Amino acid sequence: MSKIHVSTSINGDAVEYLCDPSETLLDVLRNRVGLTGAKEGCGSGDCGACSVELDGRLVCSCLVLAAEAEGKEVSTVEGLADGDKLHILQQKMLEHAALQCGICTPGILVAAKALLEKNPDPTETEVRYWLAGNLCRCTGYDKIIRAVMDAAAEMRGA
Amino acid sequence: MVTEYKEGAAGTEYSKRDFKVVGTRPPRPDGVDKVTGRALFGADLTAPGMLHATILRSPHAHARIVSIDISGALALDGVKAVVTSNDFVKQGSSGNQDTLDNCMARGKVFYDGHAVAAVAAVSVKVANEALKLIKVEYEVLPHVTDVDAGMLDSAPVLHEGRKFRNIPEGNNANVSGYWEFGHGDTDAGFAKADIIVERSFKTAATHQGYIEPHATLATMGPDGRGEIWACTQGHYMVRDMAAAFVGMDTSQLRVTPSEIGGGFGGKTTVYLEPVALALAKKSGRPVKMVMTREEVFRASGPTTSSSTDVKIGMTKDGRITAGQAKLRYQGGAYPNITAMLGAMTAFAAYDLDAVQTLAWNVLTNRPKQAAYRAPGAPMAIYAVESVVDELCQKLDLDPIDVRLMNAAKKGTLSSYGPTFDEIGLVATLEAAKAHPHYAAPLGPNQGRGVSCGFWFNFAGNTSVSMGINEDGTVSVIEGNPDIGGSRASISMMAAEELGIPFDKVRTIVGDTNSIGFNDVTDGSRVTFSVGLATIKAARAAIKNMCGRAAQVWGIDADAVDWVDGAAVPMGHNAGEFPPMTLAEIAKDSAKTGGPIAGHHEVNADGAGVSFGVHLVDVEVDPETGFTEIKRYTVFQDAGKAIHPDYVEGQMQGGAVQGIGWALNEEYIYGEDGKLQNAGFLDYRIPVASDLPMIDAVILEIPNPGHPYGVRGVGETGIVPPLAAVANGVSHAAGVRMTELPMSPPRILAAIDGAK
Repeated sequence: MSKIHVSTSINGDAVEYLCDPSETLLDVLRNRVGLTGAKEGCGSGDCGACSVELDGRLVCSCLVLAAEAEGKEVSTVEGLADGDKLHILQQKMLEHAALQCGICTPGILVAAKALLEKNPDPTETEVRYWLAGNLCRCTGYDKIIRAVMDAAAEMRGA
Repeated sequence: MVTEYKEGAAGTEYSKRDFKVVGTRPPRPDGVDKVTGRALFGADLTAPGMLHATILRSPHAHARIVSIDISGALALDGVKAVVTSNDFVKQGSSGNQDTLDNCMARGKVFYDGHAVAAVAAVSVKVANEALKLIKVEYEVLPHVTDVDAGMLDSAPVLHEGRKFRNIPEGNNANVSGYWEFGHGDTDAGFAKADIIVERSFKTAATHQGYIEPHATLATMGPDGRGEIWACTQGHYMVRDMAAAFVGMDTSQLRVTPSEIGGGFGGKTTVYLEPVALALAKKSGRPVKMVMTREEVFRASGPTTSSSTDVKIGMTKDGRITAGQAKLRYQGGAYPNITAMLGAMTAFAAYDLDAVQTLAWNVLTNRPKQAAYRAPGAPMAIYAVESVVDELCQKLDLDPIDVRLMNAAKKGTLSSYGPTFDEIGLVATLEAAKAHPHYAAPLGPNQGRGVSCGFWFNFAGNTSVSMGINEDGTVSVIEGNPDIGGSRASISMMAAEELGIPFDKVRTIVGDTNSIGFNDVTDGSRVTFSVGLATIKAARAAIKNMCGRAAQVWGIDADAVDWVDGAAVPMGHNAGEFPPMTLAEIAKDSAKTGGPIAGHHEVNADGAGVSFGVHLVDVEVDPETGFTEIKRYTVFQDAGKAIHPDYVEGQMQGGAVQGIGWALNEEYIYGEDGKLQNAGFLDYRIPVASDLPMIDAVILEIPNPGHPYGVRGVGETGIVPPLAAVANGVSHAAGVRMTELPMSPPRILAAIDGAK
């Protein structure tokens, strides 16, 4: 089976790759582009560890075919910080000790950023429901929710 | 892997002091890597020329392997190596042989998902195609997956002809372990009771549910030297097992731990690593293996399921006169000691004149269990704490008052043998009683649950090394994978002891060639044991630095003390010299005798047990049977919280795992013996919208066995939630719940049954 040529944008950089028709966007990000920030926790869209934005829409990259990225903009956790300046969400995750093992952290950050772009002033319940697709087994979510609420407040104030 | 749990001997390590660094909340040293996606986990590494390997797994719950024909797979283009059990070395100990047989079935498959063969190929796709070309002839056998069914004389026998030690007459051939604990005359105790409650309970098997599937990358050249990269809780364990299974010296195998995406006990053994190493040996190429989530559920160890009978007698005023528990656990197809730990912990919270616990482990056609956070304790204490709650309910007594009246304290002869030293149960119960949560009003269909929890904590073999750098900074090497922020707490203890700022220290987790042996990251041992070894390594470095200062000052080394990060002359006869800081001593170290370092190796003891108390308010919808957690508060004795954020995190995370165990999580097997819910959609761990904030109250009752008073905190937090939630649900629903998980259909059936 011949490969598909894809031209896309990842974190603002023009990227081209060849992929199998069956390959997922997650496979290509991790195995062909060299961006291993998005993680595969399940491969079935249940854990959210592979969350990325595709043209501004939050998706599980394990449920998107790599070929679908043609002509679109992909944003991953690697694009969150601005050079050596962390995004407020990243700073707040550190300040609130909102990670233990850190495997879910990239997906949580991408999902939380997508939430705050749509809803800069979410209630605790809204944050909890928005992040319900991002599994964390370590923290019990308490500190994650606090970090996102605090980041939202600081971004509104900024 | 069996970990020996030793009770904390009355140590003299602890001395009270004022802390400068310990108890603060600095950002963790690996934090930026983890929020930017830079941190490398198990599946994130690649190697030039790397192959990908996948595993052929049994479709049967129990079958004899008649033959395996790998010729079709080997003939496929792109396939570089195939291994079966024939490619591994027979082991001297039955424990190691069981672990090896679990990695690759030998003669028989014991569960749905048991590994039979593995293929290394140029891609995952080719490897998976090759698996289909392997012909395995099975003779399918009858199976058993339920704990009670496994003990029946009519049950199919898993290991025919294998004899297990100390099994009393009358048990069938699937009983692989039997244990008894206790003291006093329980018959006399029950005779003194005003009321006796007897109940039977069942709990389902749950999985640790770490979000990172098992992953490894192995290489081995024709020179017989190997390298393994793996996400594991213990890389020395991986080294020892993998080297033994492929038949090489441990010195020739270096194992480097990746960042680890959760473990909770589930990564304290090997599954893929020896297989990848054998494939690398055969192919001469690096081999990467990553489990799918389905494989994680089907073939890596969940915890045990249990069936327990509890009998407790009480006087009218709430004094327990006797307690007895019979615990039956199944942990899959190979022997384990989880039932023993259940029997030891069941009544640990109580000071009893008469107590007896009996435990059986039963072999069944399920995956080999692995440790899961305080293994064995949650289900045992769930059963006991449910009966204590029912007694309080029947006698109309306050559940915390009754626990205070019966609480274990310093000097109590514990239900499992040792006498307790300083412990924090009474203080923890008192804190719970005084907390506003306990007095808050409840709404309709709501109930409040209380439970105690206990864990031994482990110490064990530990090595730490630190170098004092010429610029006055310190590099620490430890050998225990950091799952929840331990590099921060180790750096903090090094900084505290040396008297320098936290940011002058960097701690790394070294590979197996960096420093001496370390036990796996388990038993809540790292902050305790690695912390103890770090403090002692720092003291060794300090002694060295005091000697350097003495040399410069021309005074006796015994006349130099270490205060606030500097050598100072001690006493009037030492002479007048200004303090010589760590940085000053380090800068001139080449002139005073060479590099300065400290190291410490110890088989630590005195871990210090930890108690917790959980309070939960639940609301049960009588129409649907759905349970909502309305409020949750955790109280736990940490001895001394080095980094309180990560102590709270352990308490909160443990509570939520326990909530999942209580309400949702369950391994579901069909009549065919196959696992029916091998994915996160159908095996539902708690999500953010299921939960309220989890309040965490840290108590600090110093552990005599640690210089700073530290107790392990990782495991105790998962112990109380099962009973706390069950007690809350029982009050809210108006009927005693005796089976976990308390799924909505089960709660509705209980409500209907009580009508």
